[in-house]
Amino acid sequence: MADAHAKDHDYHIIDPSPWPVLGSLGALTMALGGIFWMHYDMVAVFVVGTLLVLYTMYGWWSDVVNEGEHKGDHTPVVQLGLRYGMFMFIISEVMFFFAWFWSYFNASIFPTEAIGSVWPPEGVATLDPWHLPLINTLILLLSGTTVTWAHHALQEGNRKGFIQGLVLTILLGASFTGIQIYEYGHATFGFADGIYSSTFYMATGFHGAHVLIGTIFLAICLIRGLKGHFKPDHHFGFEAAAWYWHFVDVVWLFLFVSIYVLGAGDAAGVAH
Amino acid sequence: MTAAADAHAAHGTPTGWRRWVLSTNHKDIGTMYLIFGFVGGLVGGAFSMLMRAELMFPGVDFLPAMTGGDVDAAYHLFNVLITGHGLLMVFFMIMPALFGGFGNWFVPIMIGAPDMAFPRMNNISFWLMPSSLILLVLSVFMDGGAGPGAGTGWTVYAPLSTSGHPGPAVDLAIFSLHIAGVSSILGSINFITTIFNMRAPGMTLHKMPLFAWSILVTAFLLVLSLPVLAGAITMLLTDRNFGTAFFDAAGGGDPVLYQHLFWFFGHPEVYIIILPGFGLVSHVISTFSRKPIFGYLGMAYAMVAIGVVGFVVWAHHMYTVGMDVDTKAYFTAATMVIAVPTGVKIFSWIATMWGGSIEFKAPMLFAVGMIFLFTIGGVTGVVLANAGMDTSMHDTYYVVAHFHYTMSMGALFSLYAGIYYWFGKMSGKVYPEFAAKVHFWVTFIGVNLIFFPQHFLGMAGMPRRYVDYPDAYAFWNYVSSLGAFLSGFGVLIFLYVIIKGLRSKEACPDNPWGEGATTLEWTLSSPPPFHQFEKLPRIK
Repeated sequence: MADAHAKDHDYHIIDPSPWPVLGSLGALTMALGGIFWMHYDMVAVFVVGTLLVLYTMYGWWSDVVNEGEHKGDHTPVVQLGLRYGMFMFIISEVMFFFAWFWSYFNASIFPTEAIGSVWPPEGVATLDPWHLPLINTLILLLSGTTVTWAHHALQEGNRKGFIQGLVLTILLGASFTGIQIYEYGHATFGFADGIYSSTFYMATGFHGAHVLIGTIFLAICLIRGLKGHFKPDHHFGFEAAAWYWHFVDVVWLFLFVSIYVLGAGDAAGVAH
Repeated sequence: MTAAADAHAAHGTPTGWRRWVLSTNHKDIGTMYLIFGFVGGLVGGAFSMLMRAELMFPGVDFLPAMTGGDVDAAYHLFNVLITGHGLLMVFFMIMPALFGGFGNWFVPIMIGAPDMAFPRMNNISFWLMPSSLILLVLSVFMDGGAGPGAGTGWTVYAPLSTSGHPGPAVDLAIFSLHIAGVSSILGSINFITTIFNMRAPGMTLHKMPLFAWSILVTAFLLVLSLPVLAGAITMLLTDRNFGTAFFDAAGGGDPVLYQHLFWFFGHPEVYIIILPGFGLVSHVISTFSRKPIFGYLGMAYAMVAIGVVGFVVWAHHMYTVGMDVDTKAYFTAATMVIAVPTGVKIFSWIATMWGGSIEFKAPMLFAVGMIFLFTIGGVTGVVLANAGMDTSMHDTYYVVAHFHYTMSMGALFSLYAGIYYWFGKMSGKVYPEFAAKVHFWVTFIGVNLIFFPQHFLGMAGMPRRYVDYPDAYAFWNYVSSLGAFLSGFGVLIFLYVIIKGLRSKEACPDNPWGEGATTLEWTLSSPPPFHQFEKLPRIK
């Protein structure tokens, strides 16, 4: 805090910042770029917008890390506020997935004549849920334990254990993404092949995007951990990443049960 | 405003463009929201003037003048105006002004906090709105399908919004809604955190002013409903551009699914629009009756109840899509339940006025006007809640009359009440009382002239969202258009009041309203210091 007038409370009064307006400009550019991309085959504007948004994220969160880690702005009450904020953000993400599950159940519980009144639709060869999807389920569940390992190590002041747990979590997250990409590449149904493809790819695709975001979030925490950030009793940046990771994990469990297992059709019968 | 604030906190106060563009101050951001809402309202209002000019007489005569005589283009233009009017008034006028503007200005002050929980995120909530508005305005000029602009209605129903509009206009509108949605979600997270985490010592939730309660409930509705809209319009986007089949029956999809997803958001949205007004009007009624609000806790939990029940009534917007009779019976019953907490509010406002020493200053006129007009809209809402009735009323002007009584009179009148109530507090100046009262009466007569006859038109079967009508509907349409122009004149009076007020030399005292005004903002100077409550107030 640069200003000198006496502040007699623990809340965080923030100096003026260029990031919000820059981020908004980035969002506008990205949206316009999306239009150019979809309608006029021009990707450049979208790329510029994306870079601007990424630059904003980097600058903004660097400021946050600096304020929390070095300037001491994150008093206990500010940390509590960050917890409320992250919790509500995750709630909003849950409601976003609510829409995709709604579309899935709408299509699968009431299959229309156009797809033969059955689910999975006639002619769709679904993926065997007890094959790679099961492996992925185990990978994510395991990663939920390794991130807790990292957390407990951090709380004990065990920096080595923290790093080990975190590295394992990131590797597990990356292997999940790798397997997902492999499976997309080997699926017999394409992206635009009707309602099964639509619900499958958009729901699992948005989940995959969230896994990627969560992995990056954890990787940032790893970099910070290697730089000596986080204290045993003050590390909400990491806890937020762990919360997010658990959220991504739970979404996957719902996807696995509803789309992969319940929606498997004959594919579930050929389990090994 | 700057001078007084600077005198109070001489250093550390940003000045010039940086103060606004880089702002992390809840009051400055609130001011920007209010100005933005005003701009959005002017554009949205201009659209409605064009619509009423076209509908003043039977036949399609006015809009072709704007399309170079091309009548088909004029039909499409009418649809574009309807779409723009709805989106502008909802997302770019009422929400920025009531939720973003007054919420930012007064929630931190009322709960005794120095600022919002996330002051920097607060600013991106604001600055995303101009980005969103730019996209929406661009959409009007880009190719839609039948002509420039999206003529889909604010609901953007598929398949009109998918195969019916191949051009980029609808994609621009979708992105505009995405960005406005991000803005509102971030703003809501900020309000929820602020209210839960930053109440002054002694300010328990059960002592918290009703306006803060209303913003809290509204913020929860936004966080829970907007992501579902984001999902729905993302499905629209991929159906339009990437070959998915969510709403395409040929691919096994279901156009009615879009309506469910939209109204799962859309119904909470109508409470998002009105709840901040409910909170605000409670303060005005209490202040100018010189009595505490009647049934404070009941008032707070009535808003919570409205918010909760508001999530399970959405399909009453779509009774005619072919739902089975049991589903219709459920949604009819659930919808009517909302009349109970709403009634609690109406009667508590009346009970607050009962036996009070009432002073009809401009804010009070608008607040009482709001109660009267919202009640009319509420009563027609109970009529429309009946699936049986709605089957004949659906998509008629009766529905238009109903939701304009709740929104363009309920929400807008509470917005005007708030502007006059807090004008002195925000600007440190005094608005001209007489002119403001003239503004009220002109607006009150104007909006009733517009919308009361639309009940008759609707009951006679005139469909909404259409550019022309048979001669039998001519008289009440003529009256309605006259009312629109009178209301437009009312906006000019409002402009006069604001400009005159901002230029007044008279300084507003800390509390211009006397002993009836009891919330914390009246303990501060007018305008408040740049950072208030550097020593937190203690609430007994």
